[in-house]
Amino acid sequence: MENNGRSQAELGNKDSAANGSTGPRPFGLHRDAWGRLVLIDAYGRQHTGVDVVRAFPLSDPRRGIAICDAEGRELVWLADLDALPPPLAQQIEEELAKREFVPIIRRILKVSAPVEPSEWEVETDRGRTSFVLNSEDDVHELDAHRALITDAHGIRYLIADIEQLDATSRRLLERYL
Amino acid sequence: MNRTDEKWDALPGPWRKATASPLEAGEVLLAWFEPDLDDHLHYARGLVVLTDRRLLSCSEPAASPVGCGAVRWQSWPLNEGSRLRTDEHGSAAVLELVDGSGRLACWHYTAAQTTAAQQLVQKWASWQQSQQTGSRSDGTLAICPSCGAAIPADAGRCQSCAAGPAKPSLSALFRLASFSRSRAGLIVLGFLLTLAATAASLVPPYLTRPIIDDVIRPWETQHIDNSALALWYLGGLAVAAIVAWALDWAKLYVLAWVSERISADLRAKTYAHLQRLSLEFFGGKRTGDLISRISNDTERLCNFLSINLIDFASDILMIVMTAAMLLWINPLLALAALCPFPLIVWMVARVRGRLLRGYRQAGAAWGAMTSVVADAIPGIRVVKAFAQESREIERFNASNERVFHAANRLNKVWSLFGPTVTLLTTCGLLIVWASGVWQIYLGRITLGVLTAFLALISKFYTRMESMIRMGSAVQRASASAQRIFEILDKQSNVPEPVRPIHPGRLQGRIELRGVRFKYGTREVLHGLDLTVEPGEMIGLVGPTGAGKTTLINLICRFYDVSAGAILVDGIDVRSFPVEEYRRNIGIVLQEPFLFYGTIAENIAYGRPNASREEIVAAARAARAHEFILRLPCGYDSLVGERGQNLSGGERQRISIARALLIDPRILILDEATSSVDTETEREIQAALENLVRGRTTIAIAHRLSTLRRADRLVVVENGHITEIGRHDELLGARGSYARLYQAQMELVYGRDGNGK
Repeated sequence: MENNGRSQAELGNKDSAANGSTGPRPFGLHRDAWGRLVLIDAYGRQHTGVDVVRAFPLSDPRRGIAICDAEGRELVWLADLDALPPPLAQQIEEELAKREFVPIIRRILKVSAPVEPSEWEVETDRGRTSFVLNSEDDVHELDAHRALITDAHGIRYLIADIEQLDATSRRLLERYL
Repeated sequence: MNRTDEKWDALPGPWRKATASPLEAGEVLLAWFEPDLDDHLHYARGLVVLTDRRLLSCSEPAASPVGCGAVRWQSWPLNEGSRLRTDEHGSAAVLELVDGSGRLACWHYTAAQTTAAQQLVQKWASWQQSQQTGSRSDGTLAICPSCGAAIPADAGRCQSCAAGPAKPSLSALFRLASFSRSRAGLIVLGFLLTLAATAASLVPPYLTRPIIDDVIRPWETQHIDNSALALWYLGGLAVAAIVAWALDWAKLYVLAWVSERISADLRAKTYAHLQRLSLEFFGGKRTGDLISRISNDTERLCNFLSINLIDFASDILMIVMTAAMLLWINPLLALAALCPFPLIVWMVARVRGRLLRGYRQAGAAWGAMTSVVADAIPGIRVVKAFAQESREIERFNASNERVFHAANRLNKVWSLFGPTVTLLTTCGLLIVWASGVWQIYLGRITLGVLTAFLALISKFYTRMESMIRMGSAVQRASASAQRIFEILDKQSNVPEPVRPIHPGRLQGRIELRGVRFKYGTREVLHGLDLTVEPGEMIGLVGPTGAGKTTLINLICRFYDVSAGAILVDGIDVRSFPVEEYRRNIGIVLQEPFLFYGTIAENIAYGRPNASREEIVAAARAARAHEFILRLPCGYDSLVGERGQNLSGGERQRISIARALLIDPRILILDEATSSVDTETEREIQAALENLVRGRTTIAIAHRLSTLRRADRLVVVENGHITEIGRHDELLGARGSYARLYQAQMELVYGRDGNGK
């Protein structure tokens, strides 16, 4: 099956005027009895075990969302989440939320040592945790306000706004930025 | 006749003076060249002159001094059959004159004369051609082979390329002044503050005389109470101290700011200049050394400017002002005190040169050490695979030792020099003590004068010493400045045209006219002619080392041709501003390079303002979209040196997307698929098909199957184009392409596979 990304891209854009030529085509998402996500595409074909992913999870999370099949082939491209009918948008957001695990760090409580590997104790939006930082290169400044930390297991932690951190956390973070 | 003489005057001085023009009336001088070797390849200067009817030659009279008129001309008449040719295969080259009967004469020369020899040959060829066609065209391109600037018709050498003389040492430091012009106001302010601060610091020693002579001595000898006066003096001392503190603070801050600014500007300028230099420069440089120049040397200059230069200036001021004050108080004593001064100056002058050399060596050693690291780290996989860690450690240790020894040599000089200066200054103090005590004994001066003198002279010599110690910093800084200006003085070998033609969006018609190219003295392209129509896809085929990549480098203008020309849309590429021209070119290399940054940034490298939709579209067309979605951060995933690991095929597809996004008119594919497996190659091929469509494409590939879509195949062998044609045409011709194809088919299907 040859997937042409461009025509797929039109599927979800019900409200998008730019793709009006082919007309809106509905597609549906639901979970089957085994808890797998099932997509019924514009041609009525059923794809089981699909995955909803963001193309720009950090820089532009609400635009550019793809639904891929189990092999990673793109089935549907949604240019803009906000352009979708609200129930569908909500459903997709729920799916994304289930899939994405990027705790947001609210406070840095302790960094065990000034040299890596160091153990960090942090308070996140999902509760308190600690992780091991392998190298200072794993702390990335995304832009002026945000930073992304990847721990030894590849789990990512986001700092949404460095300015909002308390003084202690900022002092601990300072040398990595 | 008149014109002939004029041309004769263009000969190099010695020849012009030594020889009368041998030309006959109406004979036109076309070109000349100076072979610099004799028949036994010993150095000997000669002269070959080409006119419209003869070739004249003479050699430097060996024994007799030039000017006695003993030059003997040899002459060969030229006709249509005469040919001039150069043979540059050896390290010494030969210019030969041949005709139908055989070789008539030859001249040997070194690589230094290559250009002139080739010009002579070219001149003769174009003269012959113009005689035959009857047209009087200036056939040879008067464009400098190394810089591309137009050469005045008879100058023979490009003015803009003529290298300036090497700058003497310290002047490099003075050239920093050109960077400080924009901050002149603050610098003047800084120096005024320095002047005031120095003056303020001289008040206390000056006040010691009245305190002793007018307060202490009267009380001691006559019990006169001058305590009111004493309070005044003490108050003066306190005020002077506070003023000196405030002025010092302001001075340090202002000058430190200025110097930090200057060295930041210098760093920015050096890096910007470095980025604009041609590829050739980087080919000959070690990365580590360049890094060390930009980081270490500018840092040293900054230190020098911010710390040493301020001290230096205030020391000089202090010395001058103290000396003036000493002379004013008591000239005789002052002269005695300054006795060792000339000796110190002499020593400084002697040691200076040695220090400068030493610091240059130390800088070079440091650069070499950085290079070893910069060399080994990217190649760490090879190091480990061959288990050569210990050898790399040794290599580093060896260069580290060199750094140590270079520093040690400096220290040897320095450790002797420093204490010697101290000894001499102590001598100065001793002289003041001796002569001062003697003069008090004679009653010529008061105790107060002697005390003030001692206070001043010790200040004088302390400053003197610190200034001399600075000498080392000065030398170190000027060595650093030299290393930086070495980069800044380097001209790009791909120069910007003087009168640029703006290409805008090109059609993509490429024309090679007699393109030759040399690496050093080795010519790798021997006159290629080829025309590529807009939108055509050309496959370059041939063995490695045939000159395919060189040709592509020339089309991209990473280098400039040695002779001939490359025209795009009928205009010499050297007339385009380099950046605007390259904006029309997309390149996909064998080893795709990803910068540290997100995938989106990497795709948008050539067009940073591209929208996300455009980036996704480019990635889709390059068949990169789906694997990017599989990465944990999608298009926001970090790649490059410290980022996500991607496979060769994935990196290649990102680099194809990068080329697609800039929508180039000319597309260069240099072995774009050769480092991936066949399955991935199929993916990349599909991606490339999107890329190639409607663009002038030049592709190099060893897998001939890759080139099946090419409109024409061009076979390059040993720097010549040997075959041009479509796949089946070339197969039918049973030439080198057919052989290459056969060989590959055998490799793929075995000997019996029989091609298809």
